[in-house]
Amino acid sequence: MTKLFKYVRESQIWKSVFRHGYPDTPRNRTLAVLSNVFLHLHPVKVRRSGIRLSYTWCMGGLTFFLFLILTLTGLLLMFYYRPTADKAYEDIFALREHVPIGVMREMHRWGAHLMVISVWLHMYRVFLTGSYKPPREFNWNVGVILLVLTLLLSFTGYLLPWDQLAVWAITVGTNMARATPFLGHEGPGAALVSFGGIDFIHAGDDVRFGLLAGRFVGEGALLRFYVLHCVGFPLIAATLMAVHFWRVRKDGGISGPL
Amino acid sequence: MHLALATILGGGGGPVNDGPVAAAIKNFSNWLTEPTRYSVASILAVAGILYFRKFFAKVSVITIFFVLSTAYFVFAFQDPNFNAIITKPDNVPIVILFATVIFFTWLSLRRAVINDERTKRGEPTLEGELSKQKVFTWPDLVYSELICLVLFTAAMLVWSILITAPIEEPAATARTPNPSKAPWYFLGLQELLVYFDPWLAGVVLPSFIVVGLCAIPYLDTNPKGNGYYTFEERPFAISFFWVGFLLFWVSFVILGTFLRGPNWSFFGPFEYWDLHKLEPMVNVDLSTYFWVGLLDKPRPDNALLREAPGIVLLVGYFLVLPPLLGKTVMKKMVTDLGMIRFNVFMHLFLWFALIPVKMGLRWTVNLKYFIGMPEYFFNV
Ligand code: HEM
Repeated sequence: MTKLFKYVRESQIWKSVFRHGYPDTPRNRTLAVLSNVFLHLHPVKVRRSGIRLSYTWCMGGLTFFLFLILTLTGLLLMFYYRPTADKAYEDIFALREHVPIGVMREMHRWGAHLMVISVWLHMYRVFLTGSYKPPREFNWNVGVILLVLTLLLSFTGYLLPWDQLAVWAITVGTNMARATPFLGHEGPGAALVSFGGIDFIHAGDDVRFGLLAGRFVGEGALLRFYVLHCVGFPLIAATLMAVHFWRVRKDGGISGPL
Repeated sequence: MHLALATILGGGGGPVNDGPVAAAIKNFSNWLTEPTRYSVASILAVAGILYFRKFFAKVSVITIFFVLSTAYFVFAFQDPNFNAIITKPDNVPIVILFATVIFFTWLSLRRAVINDERTKRGEPTLEGELSKQKVFTWPDLVYSELICLVLFTAAMLVWSILITAPIEEPAATARTPNPSKAPWYFLGLQELLVYFDPWLAGVVLPSFIVVGLCAIPYLDTNPKGNGYYTFEERPFAISFFWVGFLLFWVSFVILGTFLRGPNWSFFGPFEYWDLHKLEPMVNVDLSTYFWVGLLDKPRPDNALLREAPGIVLLVGYFLVLPPLLGKTVMKKMVTDLGMIRFNVFMHLFLWFALIPVKMGLRWTVNLKYFIGMPEYFFNV
């Protein structure tokens, strides 16, 4: 057995992938982290206090992990889902009827709920440990944008099953946009945006119309939300997460007393 | 889910035949969760816990709390009305939110109390003691990450197998369900709609939340408490965040999910969601109070004149109050923060404070709007 392992580890294939020996010496442990693009988002060494569960609650890590689960299950769901008003509901429904012990939709839905909770808790932890203080001010701001993106991801996904719950929750949510000052047709100041008696802001061109591609939550909104949910927001979020992790490292690792 | 939990706990469905004790507990719960009492009780709870933090940081306290809440949950589960709302699959996460927020709040409080005592004795904090040691990412960190990941995936799988994701009737734009609720994480904002118009509750206040969060690192100039739990070194910051996050965000989400039914009327946890329950609306504008109540005149026709009292009041609130406070009670804060930080902070803070102020005025004198100009969709 040991011989076999040794053989594998000394083969050209193995060595072409891993450029270090088994990570049991300081040198190899350092190399293991430095020569791996995923691991090297971590520093080589960390403060012992920083990796304690009772300190970080592992909520940032959990959020990221949930993001990965959601990407994977979401991708699988995309194989079965057509974002049109007459197919969307049918496809989601068929997923339950035709797939025995299918858990993709469940994993995706419960995971999405959990991600919202874990990102809130992560922010809570970062606040309570004062980890937004210098030098981490910028990373806190990256985090705030990630928080908004997480909510937007969840919000756009809420519409996709195209059932009563979905459509009306999005209706209630986007109705707010009607009241945007100056830009929504029922917002304060909208009436001022008019020239020569022509109103520039009305139900057919205000921000809500822009969000929904229509006056109410219809097919246009479904497609818009679908594209943002599956492509737009995940791309931005993934990019910002890379920035976020990189900055955790560059700001001196997980915070701790100086 | 329904099946799984119902077989474990029994209950659900069936007629309610409560003994006197059960009925008393249920009536008390319904009474206590009425929004006014609910909010006042949670404010008192937060203040009390922070003040008596040494007591609440005890392990026995949190244990007793969780035992009691589990017992309460098992008891409440037998009630068909409670059962109907708590077993909605989409409400399971809210129960998780409730439990995790309480647990982690307790954990952070406990560590803060321990650290504060250590600092007083001149010893390093819990984190300080450990942070002198450095360990290798591989294997220490990578392995614990891996273990978390595996356990967590298993839990997710079990949950997903036990509880099927719900799907309701197909979308029908002509049939509005009652209640129509936003996704659960926005229910705190939907709750604000009781007190404010959509342009404030749905647009301006959320924007200020995001701006305010971004501003935190630049407004908090206290260098202490960076990288460890503490309360005594930053009492104001911690209390403020507790109020904002625990009261105005998390507890409102819970209120909106479990206690708001058809027409966004209030329903106690053991109350049946009756479509016909209507709460009488007798709210009065400030302008009516001023012109009709105080001066005994009809309200003027000119909107600006009519709303002058509210406008004067709010202009005073936002523009006169900050310099006034800065010159008097908050002098020290101005010197610590500088003019710019102080003013930015005060404006964000005053917007935030407008929420409890308006809530209080609604509950006590039925105030509808400070400024009510529906002609221009400008109601505050
Ligand atoms: C999609 C969302 C997010 C992901 C995946 C994420 C991930 C992470 C991870 C893995 C860490 C390492 C430490 C830990 O686990 O606690 C971290 C640290 C940090 N995060 Fe986030 N985060 C997210 C959102 C946020 C938000 C909403 C905030 C604040 C508003 C934030 C602010 C920070 C800061 C300041 C640190 C450094 C903390 C320290 O050094 O102790 N992040 N994040």
